[in-house]
Amino acid sequence: MTTAKYGMTIDLDRCTGCGACMVACAVENNVPPAPAGAGDRKGITPIRVFKVDNGRPFPEHRTVFVPVLCQQCGHETPCVSVCPQQAVDVDPATGIVGQMPERCLGCRYCMAACPYHARYFNWWDPEWPPGMERTLNPDVAPRMRGVVEKCNFCHGRLHAARLRVAAAGKREIAAADYVPACVEACPAGAIRFGDLNDSASEVALASRQESSFRLLEQLGTQPKIYYRSRREWVREIAAAPRPPAMPLGRKTRVAEERKEKVRG
Amino acid sequence: MDRKLISRGLERRPAADFLRWILPWAALLAFGIYAAALCLVKGLNQTNMDNRFAFGLWIFVDLTMIALGAGAFFTGTLLYILKVRGLRAVINSAVVIGFICYSGAVAALMIDVGQPLRAWYTFWYPNVRSMLTEVTFCITCYLVVLSIEYLPVLLKNRRLKQIPSFLVFEFELHKLMYVFAGVGTFLSFFHQGSLGGLYGVLRGRPFAFREGFAVWPSTFFLFILSAAAVGPSFVLLTAWAVEKIAGRQLVHPAVFRSLGRISGMLLSVYVLAKTIDTLIWINRTSPDAGFPAWQFYAWQPFGTWILFAEIVVFGLVPVAMLLCPGVRGRKGLLVTAAALACCGVALNRFVLTVQTLSLPTLSFDGFMTYWPSWQESATFLGVIAYGVLLYSFSFRYLNLFPDERELAGEALEPRQAPVLAGRF
Repeated sequence: MTTAKYGMTIDLDRCTGCGACMVACAVENNVPPAPAGAGDRKGITPIRVFKVDNGRPFPEHRTVFVPVLCQQCGHETPCVSVCPQQAVDVDPATGIVGQMPERCLGCRYCMAACPYHARYFNWWDPEWPPGMERTLNPDVAPRMRGVVEKCNFCHGRLHAARLRVAAAGKREIAAADYVPACVEACPAGAIRFGDLNDSASEVALASRQESSFRLLEQLGTQPKIYYRSRREWVREIAAAPRPPAMPLGRKTRVAEERKEKVRG
Repeated sequence: MDRKLISRGLERRPAADFLRWILPWAALLAFGIYAAALCLVKGLNQTNMDNRFAFGLWIFVDLTMIALGAGAFFTGTLLYILKVRGLRAVINSAVVIGFICYSGAVAALMIDVGQPLRAWYTFWYPNVRSMLTEVTFCITCYLVVLSIEYLPVLLKNRRLKQIPSFLVFEFELHKLMYVFAGVGTFLSFFHQGSLGGLYGVLRGRPFAFREGFAVWPSTFFLFILSAAAVGPSFVLLTAWAVEKIAGRQLVHPAVFRSLGRISGMLLSVYVLAKTIDTLIWINRTSPDAGFPAWQFYAWQPFGTWILFAEIVVFGLVPVAMLLCPGVRGRKGLLVTAAALACCGVALNRFVLTVQTLSLPTLSFDGFMTYWPSWQESATFLGVIAYGVLLYSFSFRYLNLFPDERELAGEALEPRQAPVLAGRF
C-alpha cells in the first residue's frame, strides 16, 4: 500500500460563506446541539467560517469567507508533541492528525499549542433533544464531556471507504471513495480534497498554483490545508495579525477615516 | 483544652482565639470545596474558560504556587547539601510551605482537567516528548518526597512523639533526610524547568516560544532560576507574616538577612538571563516565526509596561534592595523587597499563561479577554484557605521554628528563662 498525504484546497474566491460545510460536519460527526446559554467561544465547530474584510470603506469594501479547520500540520505538529498521554497522533499511512477522545485527559494543552484555534473542548455532556437522537450517525461515536476534539477529515468515512475497498478486493482507496462531509456539502465546489502525494491529483495541482497559500506558513508546521485566492489582499490573511492600535496598521487608518466621516 | 498537643516551651494563643482565627478560613474552604464539586459534577462549563482561553486562573495560580513553593527544595538543598546551617531555623516552615503549595496545585489541577479519573493515563501511556508528562511525573514524585519530609515535623508533635515507634521512625527518617533533599532537588529542578518548558515549546504561540539548548527552551532554565530566587523570599515573607500574627519573634534577624541575600543573588542572575533571553526573542525568535515582537505589545492592556514591570519594577528594584546590606538590615525594607520579588514571579507566570492565550495568532482573529467565574475564583480561594489552615495547625501544634524557644528565652529575664529553653 502506498502512503497517502491527504489534504485540502479551499478556493476562497468561490466560498460564499453559506455555512453548509459547518452543518454537514456537525451532522456527520454527531456534534451535539449547544445547550441553552452556551456562548460562541464554547461551541464545537470543527470547521468554522470566518468573515474577513479588507478594512476599507464603501465602495472599496470587500469581504471574504475563510473556512478554518484543523490544518493537519505535517511538520512538528504542535498538538502531537505536547499531549502528555499520546491521545493525538499522526497516521503515517494518511498524514491525518487524529484525536483519541477515549484517551484524552482534557488538560487542553493541545488547544493552547494550536496556532489555528482549531481544537474544541466538550464543555457539556452531549445531549440531543428527544427525537433528534434518531439523526445520529451510527458510524461515529459521540464524544464525552471533558475531552478535546477536532476535524479528523471524517474518520468514519475513511474507515467505511477502507472496508468497501477491502470488500471489493482492492488495496488502494480511489479519490471518489473517500470524501469528507464538508467537501461533499459545499455547493460552490470551493473545498477540494485528495492525496497531496499524488502529483496528478486535483489538490496537488491546485496547491502548487501561485494563488495558493497556507496559514502562518512561517511557523514551519507545514499545514496540509491550502487556501487559494487571486486577490492579493486575501492572500495577506496568511500572515501574522496586525493589532488595530498600530500607527501604520491598515485597520487604524480605516478607523480614523471612519471617525472623521462620522464627525462630518 | 488543646494544651497537651502544643510543644513544651512554646507559647500559643488560647484555643478560643485560635478557633476564631480558623473559622473564617474553614468557611472559605467549605465554599471552595462546594465550587470545586460543582465543576467536577456539572463539568468545566461552570468556568469562564473557553476554546480560546483553554487555561485560566487555575493554571496561573498553579504555576505561581509551585514557584513560591520552591523555597522547600531550595532551602533543603542549601541546608542539607551545601551545609548552610543557619537555614535550619526555617527548614520546617519551608517544608510545610512546599507541601501546601504542591498539594494545593495538584488539587487545583485535578479539578482543572476534563477527565480527572484518567490522570493515571499519563503514567500508562506517557508521551516522553511532552513537557506536561515530565511535569506530571516530577510533581507527583516530589509531592511524595515532600510528604516524607513533612512526616518528621509532624511526628515531633508532643503527643505523637510519646509513641516509641513513631519516635524511632522519626529518628531514622532524619538520618535519610539528606537523601530526600537530594531527590527533591533533582525532581524540583526538572519540574520547575518543565513548567517553563510547557510554554517555551509552543511553536504555534510565538509570544511564548523560545529557542534553547537540546530539547529545553530557555524558559526551562529561567523558571528554575526564578523559582530558586523567589523561594527563599517567600519563606522569609511567611516567617515575617507569622511573626506578626503570632506577636512574637520566631527567627533570628540574621536568618532573615541571609534569606534575603540568597534571594537577591539568584534574582540578579535571573534578571540578567531574562533580559538576554528577551533581547534574543525580540530580535530573532519572534521575527523568524513571522511575528514582529513589538506587535504583541500593541494589544491593550498588555503594553510594553508589562515587560518593564517584570524586568525593572519587580526585577531590578528587588535585586538592588536585596543586595544592599543596609536594606537587608531593616526588616520593613527587606520584606518589601521579598514581596516585590514574589510579585515579579507571579507576573511572569501571568504573562506566560494569560497574555499568551489572549493574543491572536491568526490575522483575522481578535484579542480575547477572560474573567474567571465565581466557581473558579471560589475554588482558588478554597486552595488559599486550605494553605492557611494547614499552616496554622502546623504552627500551633508542631515546632516549625526551632529557634522560637531560644528567642523567647532571650526575651525574658535570665532568672525567668524556662528551664527547657534550648534548640530542641
